[in-house]
Amino acid sequence: MATTETIEQVKERIEEVDPTEALEELKGDGVALIDTREPYEHLEAHIDGAELVRPADVVDRIEEVVPDHSQRVLLYCASGNRSARAADELRELGYENAASVRGGIKAWEAEGLPVVMAEGMTPEQRNRYSRHTLLPEVGVEGQLKLLNAKVLLLGAGGLGAPSALYLAAAGIGTIGLVDDDEVDESNLQRQVIHNTERIGQPKTESARKTIEALNPDVEVIEHRVRLDASNIIDIISDYDVIVDGADNFPTRYLLNDASVRLRKPVVSASILAFDGQISTFIPFEGPCYRCLYPTPPPPELAPSCGAAGVLGVMAGVMGLLQANEVIKLVAEIGEPLVGRLLLYDSLGTHFTELKVRRDPECPICGPNAEEIPESEMGKFPDYELFCAA
Amino acid sequence: MPTIKVPPVLRPQTGGEAEINADGDTVGAALRALAERYPETKDQLFSPEGELNRYVNVYLNDEDVRVLDGLDTLAADSDTVVILPAMAGG
Repeated sequence: MATTETIEQVKERIEEVDPTEALEELKGDGVALIDTREPYEHLEAHIDGAELVRPADVVDRIEEVVPDHSQRVLLYCASGNRSARAADELRELGYENAASVRGGIKAWEAEGLPVVMAEGMTPEQRNRYSRHTLLPEVGVEGQLKLLNAKVLLLGAGGLGAPSALYLAAAGIGTIGLVDDDEVDESNLQRQVIHNTERIGQPKTESARKTIEALNPDVEVIEHRVRLDASNIIDIISDYDVIVDGADNFPTRYLLNDASVRLRKPVVSASILAFDGQISTFIPFEGPCYRCLYPTPPPPELAPSCGAAGVLGVMAGVMGLLQANEVIKLVAEIGEPLVGRLLLYDSLGTHFTELKVRRDPECPICGPNAEEIPESEMGKFPDYELFCAA
Repeated sequence: MPTIKVPPVLRPQTGGEAEINADGDTVGAALRALAERYPETKDQLFSPEGELNRYVNVYLNDEDVRVLDGLDTLAADSDTVVILPAMAGG
């Protein structure tokens, strides 16, 4: 490929047509239209009838898409540069009638010519999520993954409230909320999804109202129960990712053991006073919660936020770090916090990262962990006792 | 003399100190020096047999001492020993 040449030099060798001329040509027969951009760009908007051939694939794929070397071929990209190079490559391959659309789809749209919009997204959604879809890592493809994702939040409290707000804004299509508590005035210093008028209302209902007002794309499923061994499998089975913001150890161990059985990723965080911890547990790819903490601490070493206090803003930071991990997992981008525990000390503003290894002796995800038959899937030991011991 | 980072739940027992320089050339020696200076931390860190309690995670810098040499892991002056409690607050 002539990469050392300027684009102007390339353009001198090829034929360029204006968008209106291209449209006229396309009304006739025997014209092949090729979109030489990346898939996410094609999804956002493309010219009707265009075949997507990524710039890197032009040489390898053109024969398959346009077998006849004498056929008229019009190529376009975003602004006319990638398609000019592609037209030049086609010329070298012996295509006699290849031309690039001058100014690309941007010039085409500027002339008011018709395009096909992102499949699966309404015009409102294209606008609402435009700051996401502009990010090449997310794009329309990633946004559609978010819109199709089902995320369960365990707890609509200090962690779940900020997390749910941002996940809803991000367009997570289905958000499940597990909480059997009601909004209390003392929650409002950090649980920003609720408000003063909702004091006394179930937290799941209050959160649902806020989410629905923020983003009508999100379906909220309320699980107004306390998660326990009898209901956990039923509740978590339907979801893709679980966000652990539980306020007690029995629930955390129960969730870990059930999520490993069902191979569900869990984004787990915990908070106390000025400190927070977060890690992402993907069963069998990285460690699980029990690999990190084989045994719960005695009660005197595990005070609750109700007893010890918690800085509301710190809870928000941790909840948003969880939401960030969820987005990455769903959109399949970036580097998940697997095998790493991130500590946040809000007083010193220190972030510390510790390594977390899979425990070869782990009774839940280790190589010697007992096989669990289907009939035993929903049976768990008594976690209240385990944690009290 | 490595630096020991004391978690918030143990700070009432260390008079509020968050970082302590403790004598000892292993993780175990440093933690025992801490327990000697602040006796109320002893039962929370160690079992009656002198082993690290199972619910206490200890890291040398960013590595869990369970995958190193446990309490026998060598600790230099420049090292940080992190005591990490599980927390359940949400």
